[in-house]
Amino acid sequence: MTEKKDKYLKLFFTTFRVSAFTFGGGFVIIPLLKRKFVDELHWINEEEMLDLTAIAQSSPGAVAVNASVIIGYHVAGLLGALISAIATVLPPLVIISVISVFYKAFRDNVIVSMAMKGMLAGVAAVIFDVVINMASALIKQKRILPLLVMAAAFTASYFFKVNVIVIILVCALIGVMDSVIRERKMKGEER
Amino acid sequence: MIYLKLFLSFLQIGLFSIGGGYAAMPLIKEQVVDINPWLTSMQFADIMAIAEMTPGPIAINCATFVGIRVGGILGAIVATFGCILPSCFIVITLAHFYYKYRDLKSVKGVLSGLRPAVIAMIASAGLGIFLLAVFGEKTVSAGSLHVDIRALLIFASGLFVLRKFKINPIYVMLSAGVCGMILYSVF
Repeated sequence: MTEKKDKYLKLFFTTFRVSAFTFGGGFVIIPLLKRKFVDELHWINEEEMLDLTAIAQSSPGAVAVNASVIIGYHVAGLLGALISAIATVLPPLVIISVISVFYKAFRDNVIVSMAMKGMLAGVAAVIFDVVINMASALIKQKRILPLLVMAAAFTASYFFKVNVIVIILVCALIGVMDSVIRERKMKGEER
Repeated sequence: MIYLKLFLSFLQIGLFSIGGGYAAMPLIKEQVVDINPWLTSMQFADIMAIAEMTPGPIAINCATFVGIRVGGILGAIVATFGCILPSCFIVITLAHFYYKYRDLKSVKGVLSGLRPAVIAMIASAGLGIFLLAVFGEKTVSAGSLHVDIRALLIFASGLFVLRKFKINPIYVMLSAGVCGMILYSVF
């Protein structure tokens, strides 16, 4: 019982802390969650993390909430999902509640904006770090197609601003065709 | 019944905002400025600026801000709850099926196509934030090259300590904030 309680508490405080530092939009939470739940706690593995991110991204709603809820569900079922949801919305709920009282002063504060500028650069470094880790794991597979898919998806997303849902659907289709073709090839070689 | 109205409005925002943060903005504006008289356009612009400066998803930040103005703390909680309810329900269902069927061959194929795409989209978001920090714009044209050396310095040293010492990213972000305060006030 205490072991279970420990897990719930750890899930709550880890998610809470990560959420409190998710500046600059939904995707920022993914590297932070990965560092915590994959690298440190080993509650989920790297492939699962990518799959869960795809689910979080293609569902409606905030990516950060979606991603934490799925992780919570995986770690501790429905109660885990609930704990994660609360832990994710609590930091912005409290911070915005406090700021809403004096939001004009906050918005125009020079010190705050300096800290935010610095943090933005820090956030970029954190995302780059995780992308390097993930991409090098993919490169080690020594298959050309995933690398092509990655390059094409990046070009579509960054340069052409293609909707994420479209990118996800197209890449899912490529993945299915690739697995079908490879299976046919394997059967052909058996004959 | 203001709480019910808040709840239903943000339920719609939560249900129909696909693709995260900025995709949700027009939807939020429609609900809180056009349909309901909760914020003026100016206040909406303010909350967008604040949402960018504070942690948390834009939709949640907005739900809290609007909720608290319209119905106090309880309003904020109701609006936030409405905002996350649809997506929680949907992702739990999807996650359930993912864990049930992920060993099927066709599902494996789908997932193997998605993994590189997810990395690419995170990279794309990361590059956007990097350019915003260093050049002040998300897309850089040759004519407007104004490099913010201080931001570049913070970025480079942050990435260096992350790669070299594998330290906790939260500490990197905190020190980046402190460095920002120091560098931008001194230089």
